[in-house]
Amino acid sequence: MTTPKPTLAVWKFASCDGCQLTLLNCEDELLQIAGQLQIANFPEASSQVIEGPYDVSLVEGSITTPGDAERIRRVRRQSRILITIGACATSGGIQALRNFSGDLAPLVYASPQYIDSLRTSTAIAEHVQADFELRGCPIGKHQLLEVIAALLSHRRPNVRGHSVCIECKRAGLSCVMVAHGTPCLGPVTQAGCGAICPAYHRGCYGCFGPMETPNTKALAARWRELGATDQAVHRAFRTFTAAAEPFRKEADAHDAR
Amino acid sequence: MRYVLDLGGLGQLLAALRQRGFRLIGPVVADGAICYGEITSAADLPAGWTDEQDGGTYRLKRRDDGALFGYNVGPQSPKKYLFPASATLWRSHPPGTADTDDEKPFAFIGVRSCELHAIAVQDRVFLGGQHPDPLYAARRDGAFIVAVNCGQAARTCFCVSMSAGPKADAGFDLALTELTGEGGHRFLAETGTPRGEEVIADTPGAQPASPRDATAADQIIERTAAQMGRAMPAVDLRDLLYGNLEHPRWDDVAARCLTCGNCTMACPTCFCFSVEDVTDLAGRAAERNRSWDSCFTLDHSYIHGGPVRTSARSRYRQWMTHKLATWTGQFGTSGCVGCGRCITWCPAGIDITEEVAAIAADT
Ligand code: SF4
Ligand code: SF4
Ligand code: SF4
Ligand code: SF4
Repeated sequence: MTTPKPTLAVWKFASCDGCQLTLLNCEDELLQIAGQLQIANFPEASSQVIEGPYDVSLVEGSITTPGDAERIRRVRRQSRILITIGACATSGGIQALRNFSGDLAPLVYASPQYIDSLRTSTAIAEHVQADFELRGCPIGKHQLLEVIAALLSHRRPNVRGHSVCIECKRAGLSCVMVAHGTPCLGPVTQAGCGAICPAYHRGCYGCFGPMETPNTKALAARWRELGATDQAVHRAFRTFTAAAEPFRKEADAHDAR
Repeated sequence: MRYVLDLGGLGQLLAALRQRGFRLIGPVVADGAICYGEITSAADLPAGWTDEQDGGTYRLKRRDDGALFGYNVGPQSPKKYLFPASATLWRSHPPGTADTDDEKPFAFIGVRSCELHAIAVQDRVFLGGQHPDPLYAARRDGAFIVAVNCGQAARTCFCVSMSAGPKADAGFDLALTELTGEGGHRFLAETGTPRGEEVIADTPGAQPASPRDATAADQIIERTAAQMGRAMPAVDLRDLLYGNLEHPRWDDVAARCLTCGNCTMACPTCFCFSVEDVTDLAGRAAERNRSWDSCFTLDHSYIHGGPVRTSARSRYRQWMTHKLATWTGQFGTSGCVGCGRCITWCPAGIDITEEVAAIAADT
C-alpha cells in the first residue's frame, strides 16, 4: 500500500511574489518536490487547485487589509503545518514602512475612499501561529529546500539564528567594514543568504532581519565612527524588516525628525 | 644551516616544491586583503604590497621596495586549508564516503611565527589524545612549511608577549628572512628539517649565507620584535581571569560586542565546529556536514531546554577565558599566539589585550 503524498499549498498576501519565485526557480528540485509532495494549491505554478485541508502551507506576504486578516485565519485552519516565507510574512516587509508614517493613501490614489486597507503591515505570526519562519527578501533557495527536506524526513531544519558574519568568514570573504570601511548590517542580521552582499564588496542590507542577539546599538555606534550619518543609520534599519522590533527601535533612536 | 637566495632562487625553490608534488598555498592579494590562496610561482606573491592594521581596520597599501612578504597576517591563516570552514564527514551515497584528500600535500609559503605556533596548537587539539581527527590528519600529513620571519610588526601584533614570535623557532622546513636593502633583494634561508635541506639542495641559486647577511637578518627580526603594536599584560592570566569572573568589565565589553563571531572565525587556533545532518528531498541520501562554529552563537551552548550562555557578557567571557586560561588546563598551552586577528577583524574593534589590561588594572 502506498501512503498518499502530503499536500502542499502556497499562499500569497501583501508581497512582491519574489519568495514564490524562489520556489519556482528551484527548477530541478521542483520536480523532486512534486515527486514527494502533492502541489495542491499553488496558483503561480498551476491553475489546478485541490481542496484543503493541506499538510503544509507556505505563506508569503504580510497582512495589510481587513480581508487578509480574515483570510489568514482560514488558511491556518486548513493547514497542519504553516511556514511563513520571507521578510513580508515574518516581519511585515518593506510595506511596513507605512507603520511609521501618516496615512499615505490620499497621496497615492485619486479616490482613496475605495481603498480598504489596514493602517499597518504586520507579520503573519501576529495573526495566527506560524510553525516555522523563513527569513529573507527574498528567501534563499537552499534554506527553502532544506526546510522542505527536513519536513519530509521529520527532522529539525538546519536554519541557524547567528550573524551573517559567520557565513561571510566561512566563505573566506574579507570583512567590508574592516577592509574597506563600508558600513555593513551583517553583525546584527541573521545568516541564510550566504553573505551575498559582502561577496560583492557591499555592506549587508539586513534583508534577513535581526539575528538571535542583535546588538544594534553597538553596531550603529560603529557605523557613526565610519562616517555614516544618523539619517543613514535610521534608513538602514528602516528598510526590509523595519517592523522587526530590534531594528524598529534602533531606527527610532536615529530618527532625525 | 643558513643560505642566501635571490628572487630567481626563490622561484627555483617554489619550482622545486611543485616538482616534488606539493600544492603551493601562499599569500595573494584578494578581496581587499592579503589572503591565502593557491599559487604557482613567485609572480603570484604580493610584491610591493603591505597592510596597515588597527582595531577594526585593515587597509592594503603599496610599499616601494617590492618586498614579497612585507606585510603582517591577513584575515586568513593556514587553518583555511588544514581545518576547512565546511566539510562533509559522511555520505550515504555512495555509502559511507566522506570528503577525502587524495589531493597533493600542501606546501604553505610565507607562514609567520605566530601561525606556526597556531598550527602547533591545532595539532594538539586535532591530533593529540585518543581520537585524532582524520580530516585534519590527512590535510596536515606531509605538509611542507616555508616560514617567513616578519620584517615588521603590525599595530595589532603582540607575539612577543605570547612567546610566539616574531622569529620562527620550530615547526618549519625552511624559514626565510627577506632582505631588501644594501646588497639587493634577497632571502636568508634557514633549514629546519632534512626535507628543507633537500629542497635547498635542489635550488641551484641557494648559496651559503655570508656572516653579513646572517647578521642583517638577525637585526631585522630584532627590529620587528621591538615594534610590537600591542602587548599582553605580563600577569598570570589564569589567576587574573579565574579571580575576576564577575568583574564589571565584562558588562562593559558586552555593551560593545556584537556577538558576531568574527573573532573566532579569524582566530588561527579556534577549533569549534558544529555538525549538521542533512537529507535530500527524496529521502534517499543523507550527509553529515561539519562547519566552523563560534562560542558567540546561542546554539554553541544549547543543551536540553535552551542555551546556557544567553548574555553577550557570558559569551565574551567564555571566549576570552578559554583562549587565555582554561585552554592551558585543556591542552597545556595558551590558546592565543598574539597574531592580533581578533583585534583587526572585530568590526567593533574590541581588543583582547586592552580587555585584559582593564581587568588587571582594576584588581
Ligand atoms: S562584511 Fe559584514 S557580514 Fe561580513 S564579516 Fe564584515 S560585518 Fe560581517
Ligand atoms: S585570540 Fe586573537 S590574537 Fe590570539 S591567536 Fe586568536 S586571533 Fe590571534
Ligand atoms: S604577531 Fe608576530 S609573528 Fe605574527 S605577524 Fe605579527 S610580528 Fe609576525
Ligand atoms: S569581540 Fe568583536 S568580533 Fe568578537 S563577537 Fe564581539 S564584536 Fe564580534
